[in-house]
Amino acid sequence: MSENGKSMDSSRRDFLTRAGASAGAAAIAPGVFLSAPAAAKSPDQPVSGDKRWGILVDTNKCADNCDACVSACKEENGWGHSETHSRPDQQAQWIRTVEIRNKATGFAKTLPMMCQHCENPPCVDVCPTGASFRRTDGIVLVDKHICIGCRYCMMACPYKARSFIHEELHDQLPWAPRGKGTVESCTLCVQLVDNGDIPACVEACSADNHNALVFGDLYDENSEISRELKKAESVELRADLGLNTGVRYRGL
Amino acid sequence: MSHASVLRRLTGILLSVLLLLPLVATADTDDDEDGEIESLPFSDLSFTEPEKRFSATQGCVEPEDDMVRNHMEYILHQRDETVYEGIRTRQHSLEECVNCHATRDENSGEFIPVNAPDQFCASCHSYASVKLDCFECHATRPVRPSKLRHQPLAAAEEEAP
Repeated sequence: MSENGKSMDSSRRDFLTRAGASAGAAAIAPGVFLSAPAAAKSPDQPVSGDKRWGILVDTNKCADNCDACVSACKEENGWGHSETHSRPDQQAQWIRTVEIRNKATGFAKTLPMMCQHCENPPCVDVCPTGASFRRTDGIVLVDKHICIGCRYCMMACPYKARSFIHEELHDQLPWAPRGKGTVESCTLCVQLVDNGDIPACVEACSADNHNALVFGDLYDENSEISRELKKAESVELRADLGLNTGVRYRGL
Repeated sequence: MSHASVLRRLTGILLSVLLLLPLVATADTDDDEDGEIESLPFSDLSFTEPEKRFSATQGCVEPEDDMVRNHMEYILHQRDETVYEGIRTRQHSLEECVNCHATRDENSGEFIPVNAPDQFCASCHSYASVKLDCFECHATRPVRPSKLRHQPLAAAEEEAP
């Protein structure tokens, strides 16, 4: 359990899931609700545990050979071009596309894979310095100021979501600092989310009219993601580990 | 020389030092009251001057003599608030330090990294022999426009009393 915020226990989630059933009462018409979408917090306000950010990935809508989400992430956060001396398997990988294939039928599909922003993140459990942490709004981050680059978190993560920077970098972006000797992963575009925007991958996916990614507050029963999750089945990857991920998949 | 005369001479020196001390101290205070910025002990060190001022009365985001000594405290405080709590105010953000203190190359017009040897951050840090860690990860050049309300140097000087 994270020390940084109040507990995001499953009972609260269950309650909210059930509470979603009564949310229909506040709806004027399907998709139209009395309550306005939550306004962006002002820059001097701290993030709160009343929200939990998540992404729903509908793999049925993922186009073959599409990597719009990956390129958008690279552009927004400035990775993927800066490490010239590292081997490909050492280079940064905040988000990647994975192809899964049914060996019996030969059916294959691609899906994006990144930090799943777990409620009980193994990377936080193993971090010896406290650099790996979970923000109160559910975003799992690395405080690179105190990261010593031991890479325990990379080994602990069941999703292989983290990468380590092996070489000196130059010309980083002001909103996405990154440097040699620290571990990094998807930040859910925390710099955009704090300003009330959506992550770059989600933006790019809907710009391409695929709409395979839905971003929103899992605790708000009126948010698009909560309504989608309630409407049809979705799964956590490696649900057997009981991590309660913030990223969920459909069509697997 | 007898012991007595040595002792007398020593007492004389001691007394004159004690008498002069308050004068030296007052001289220091006088300098401050003139409203001029106290010169730094390392007077042969030169800084690059930013083109903007924070306000008519103040060059930097806090009084300059405070910033010289305590800028690291302001940045450290802001760093933890931003990383852990998502507080993204601009006044003490490192990005705004860079936005203001980076200077352009005269020939190419491109920004020079603030940690380049003769630039604002590096000039003092190398003089004081303090390692400058920030820019191993953080941007060294302005990328997007400042969100602080600055005053151009000329306008600030006109408004100043």
